Amino acid sequence: MIDPVIASRLQFAVTTIVHIIFPVMSMGLAPFLIYFTWKNIRTDEPIYEQLRRFWTNIFAISFVVGTVTGIVLEFEFGTNFAAFATAAGELFGGPLAIEGMMAFMLEATFLGVFVFGRDRVGDKLYFLSSVAVGAGTWLSAVWILIANSWMQTPRGYELVTENGQMVVHLVDPMAAYLNPRFGYMFVHMQNAAVESVALFMTGVGAYYVFRHHVWGYPVENPQFWEATLKIGLVALLITAPLQVLHGDMYGRHVAETQPQKFAAMEAVWETESYVPEYIVAVPTSVDGFTNPRAKELFGIGIPGGASWLASGGDPTAEIRGLNDFETEAPPVAIVFWAFRAMVGLGFWFILLAFWGGYRWYKGQLLEDGLLHKALMGSSLLGIVAVELGWIVTEVGRQPWVIQDVMRTSAGVSPGLTGTEATITLIGFVGVYTALLGLYTYVVWRIIRNGPPDGDDLRVNRERAPAQEQETPVAGVADDD
Amino acid sequence: MISLESLTAGPLFGLPLPELWFILLFVMLATFLFLDGFDFGAGAIFALLESEDERETVLAAIGPFWDGNEVWLVVFGGALFAAFPPAYAGLFSRHYLLMFGILGALILRGLAPEMYEQRHDAQWQRWWGRAFVVGSILAPFLLGVFAGNWLVGATASLTLVGLGVGVTLTLLTVVSGAAFLQLKARKRLPEAVTMYGSVAAGGYLIAVIITLGILAVRLPDGISVLLDPGIIVLVGATIGLATGYVVALRQEQSLRALGMAAIMTYGFVTVVAILMYPAIDPATGATVQDTIVSTLPLNLMTIGASLLLPLVAMYFIVLYSAFSGPITPEEGY
Repeated sequence: MIDPVIASRLQFAVTTIVHIIFPVMSMGLAPFLIYFTWKNIRTDEPIYEQLRRFWTNIFAISFVVGTVTGIVLEFEFGTNFAAFATAAGELFGGPLAIEGMMAFMLEATFLGVFVFGRDRVGDKLYFLSSVAVGAGTWLSAVWILIANSWMQTPRGYELVTENGQMVVHLVDPMAAYLNPRFGYMFVHMQNAAVESVALFMTGVGAYYVFRHHVWGYPVENPQFWEATLKIGLVALLITAPLQVLHGDMYGRHVAETQPQKFAAMEAVWETESYVPEYIVAVPTSVDGFTNPRAKELFGIGIPGGASWLASGGDPTAEIRGLNDFETEAPPVAIVFWAFRAMVGLGFWFILLAFWGGYRWYKGQLLEDGLLHKALMGSSLLGIVAVELGWIVTEVGRQPWVIQDVMRTSAGVSPGLTGTEATITLIGFVGVYTALLGLYTYVVWRIIRNGPPDGDDLRVNRERAPAQEQETPVAGVADDD
Repeated sequence: MISLESLTAGPLFGLPLPELWFILLFVMLATFLFLDGFDFGAGAIFALLESEDERETVLAAIGPFWDGNEVWLVVFGGALFAAFPPAYAGLFSRHYLLMFGILGALILRGLAPEMYEQRHDAQWQRWWGRAFVVGSILAPFLLGVFAGNWLVGATASLTLVGLGVGVTLTLLTVVSGAAFLQLKARKRLPEAVTMYGSVAAGGYLIAVIITLGILAVRLPDGISVLLDPGIIVLVGATIGLATGYVVALRQEQSLRALGMAAIMTYGFVTVVAILMYPAIDPATGATVQDTIVSTLPLNLMTIGASLLLPLVAMYFIVLYSAFSGPITPEEGY
């Protein structure tokens, strides 16, 4: 049997790594759906109804799977991390409860109207429901990230001993909730979600555009896929550069507030100055892959780059090495490589965006087969980058569950047995693998079936008033 | 503006906040058990329907609602965590496998309708139909087991009280589900749905009496607790409501039947809450006062909840009025 502490941590890792995919899809799709709904109501162009309905289908399945996997996370704080939940409930439970009431309720109820209610409600309420769903997904992120960022940079609390147990008491809610990390995390995460969806849209659009324009196969609704590609590309052009610019600021903030995590990101073991930033890094020994040390890396490094990054412009700045912390280092290899892969992807997305933008400007967007292939290959890489970023964040802060306050190993439920934890860990690996497979299958089917067209579209039905309609349509097209 | 000092000094307006949160917690639980209860019940009745059209009708009836309904469970968990962290941690970790059983059932129930609609071949729909039924029955059953164990402070997850409450709750969801389906799709579902509702109501009464019997033996001062006038009135009212429910269902007064099912559900949860108070985790004997968070977060949570819950109520009114009345033939899942 696996040790309950390790099993609980692995289980939390598995369940969050799978769960985060679905909020990324729903949060990232939210602004697009609001836009499509607005244009759909405002114009009579079938393309916007197609865009709205097609992407709403993908949103809906993402939301459903996100709901059922999200409840698991809320429960796991109690089942697996009872000691943490008891000690930090005052600061951590509150945001979760408010998230449920403020955000989850908003999105889940209006999702019903948004997905099922087009023929039941008027235009205004329908548009409002798209905004409510979108706002709900983003508000959800606000409270979840408040809870998470507080664990990274805890503020506004005091430690009290109650019945021989250490408990965290809230003393300053503003300091706690608007802790230094929150803003960085929120901007970085939300922009990442939109960027990931933009990449997904360009990838899917590029596939059909490639088949149609490069291979010359007949494709239904080619203009729909072209629009998808272009809208995705516009979003990518905005989000990709922002993500890297902002990521740089975030990195500096981590160096200031979580120096041990930063040292792990750069694999700096001994305190030194003028630390290079390795863009391409190859360890000089096989062991260096699993246990990298910045000194033993061979590759393209920017001299003083890491110091520059940490200090915000000083290439000679000193970085405190992992050996100079009292606590043991987090798993350095995971953090170091995940960070590099994430940053590498971030730059690749900028390249893609500019490449696509340039081709578009030249009027060759639909003909550049190599670009299409690059976009197709990158369609899921946005989500991969999000996962890598969270791995840096969560693995990098180990051994702490609350930075400098509580160790992860101290947070695990005291009564939990290895047998129980192993059973559920294996169960989750199985169930979540199946879940991911099914989700992929459904999304793949939606993409393969393409958007609704012809008489299936409301705009077409409304244009043919001779046709009898049985559906009681409230407030049909009161466009002015 | 309320100052930080006044929020730290004492409970808001001197209110008995720990008790109010205890009540709010059970109101959330009851709301979940009623609202998602009729979705669960519809899922159980789904098993008894054979034709493609009837099954499709059941899925269409719960389609717009179930996700919002399920969020009441999330809110319940969040409120328990936020207001009584040690109770949340103790309960959830003690009934470790049970909690994951509940989560598994909810995953199955949530995913199955989506999958069912993906393909229209018989084999595929048969399996996802079964998954939907299993999830819909298992979720309230295991939640009932949890509630029973919670109430008597069981440290094991499989207990007689738990099984009793589990069966009782599952039957109660069928009671709600039959009324809901009659309301949404009377003309498109067989007459038998009325019969299922009536049988479930009868079964519910029997299950309540058996469960109370088990409780009388199991609770330390069982008999005297059960002879509490409040409990007797509630049990009497349950018998009256169940009868009224059957009559209403037979007269096709669906909304009235659904209302009675709602009162039965709230009544059931009220009995549990009354028997539990002042403890919130009977297994450790920890009371509401022992486990409540400190004044400042409690006041903040109270302000948050009193601003947000009226909004939530409004969302549900919008949702349920947008989809009021029977579902139309064009509507699907």
